[in-house]
Amino acid sequence: MTDITLTIDGQTVTASEGATVLDAARAAGIAIPTVCHHEKLEPFGGCRLCVVEAEAGGRTSLAASCIFPVQQGLNVRTRTPQIEQVRKVLTEQLLAHAPESEVLLKLAEDYHANKDRFPREPSFCILCGLCVRYCAEVKQLNAVSFVDRGPTREISFDPEIANRECWECKECFPLCPTSALQAAYVLMKSLTAFSPSAHCAAATPAKQATA
Amino acid sequence: MTDTTKVQQIIDRHDAREGALIEILLDIQHEFHWLPSEALELVSDRLNVPMGRIRHTATFYKAFSLVPKGRHEINVCMGTACHVRGAQRVLEVIQNTTGLMPGETDAEMKYSLDTVNCIGCCALGPVIEIDKEQHGKLVPGKTAALLKRYE
Ligand code: SF4
Ligand code: FES
Repeated sequence: MTDITLTIDGQTVTASEGATVLDAARAAGIAIPTVCHHEKLEPFGGCRLCVVEAEAGGRTSLAASCIFPVQQGLNVRTRTPQIEQVRKVLTEQLLAHAPESEVLLKLAEDYHANKDRFPREPSFCILCGLCVRYCAEVKQLNAVSFVDRGPTREISFDPEIANRECWECKECFPLCPTSALQAAYVLMKSLTAFSPSAHCAAATPAKQATA
Repeated sequence: MTDTTKVQQIIDRHDAREGALIEILLDIQHEFHWLPSEALELVSDRLNVPMGRIRHTATFYKAFSLVPKGRHEINVCMGTACHVRGAQRVLEVIQNTTGLMPGETDAEMKYSLDTVNCIGCCALGPVIEIDKEQHGKLVPGKTAALLKRYE
């Protein structure tokens, strides 16, 4: 593999081909915030908190560093007023969904985000996909997956697989940046407790719980 | 009951390729007018695709339905052109005549009502589609008469 030289925040950094800007930055000790990224999982690019300014061939663009591959001569800036602003607004939007999330509250502190800026839409899940991807990629069980799309997209446990596998595992619980995952699981459990063969009772998080 | 052989044939036609998941689901949808869960389990087994991913795909596209559809599928176009030409009133007539809200099917399985975003023949707006046949330039009165033609 050929080595690639790029600049991150004025520092010359070498990375191997195929690495992401995030990998390169972290290896050089430069911190970039992330929410949906996880070392054991394939890059996802869902939360955009890892946004950086990437300049190549005279063009500058905003890129999600966790999915942006390194290029020879790339000039990356991880902290500019514009980036801080983007991260601030992203955090504010996510907080509208999960106002209690510690991960997000920490980010709010770092980026001076106002947690009450947007009206609350407590779906609790911020669709980072960590649980879904961990279950599929690491455990290869696919007990939890996304359903629907757009504003109604949510996570859903497969009651049959969940009843068989999840009780022993629960490895996704600590990955969730909000409390939605555990809530969805507990709800699914309670819905299927008396009918273990219940087939279509797809558990949904907050919506049913608050209904 | 699902006709398992039919589903098997559809899967065979696409060589049970994982990459043909959407095409297979579309064919099943066309055959049965919905995606019965037995059919999806079969697809999951034969394509070696987890059920979770199939459900994700099936709930992502509007072309798929996870509940049985009525004998007549009504799609009311709510695209911009139809909207400004009075699609809302046409929809109201259909709702009142059938007693259905978009997304619903009546107990006799006669009609399924849905809204769609642009059928692609805006010049004919407002347009509705009944059983894949387009009816354009609708006005509330004409709509009620049109529905009477379906049994
Ligand atoms: S439940 Fe939690 S881990 Fe799963 S997608 Fe939602 S926020 Fe992410
Ligand atoms: S960490 Fe890059 S998009 Fe979430």
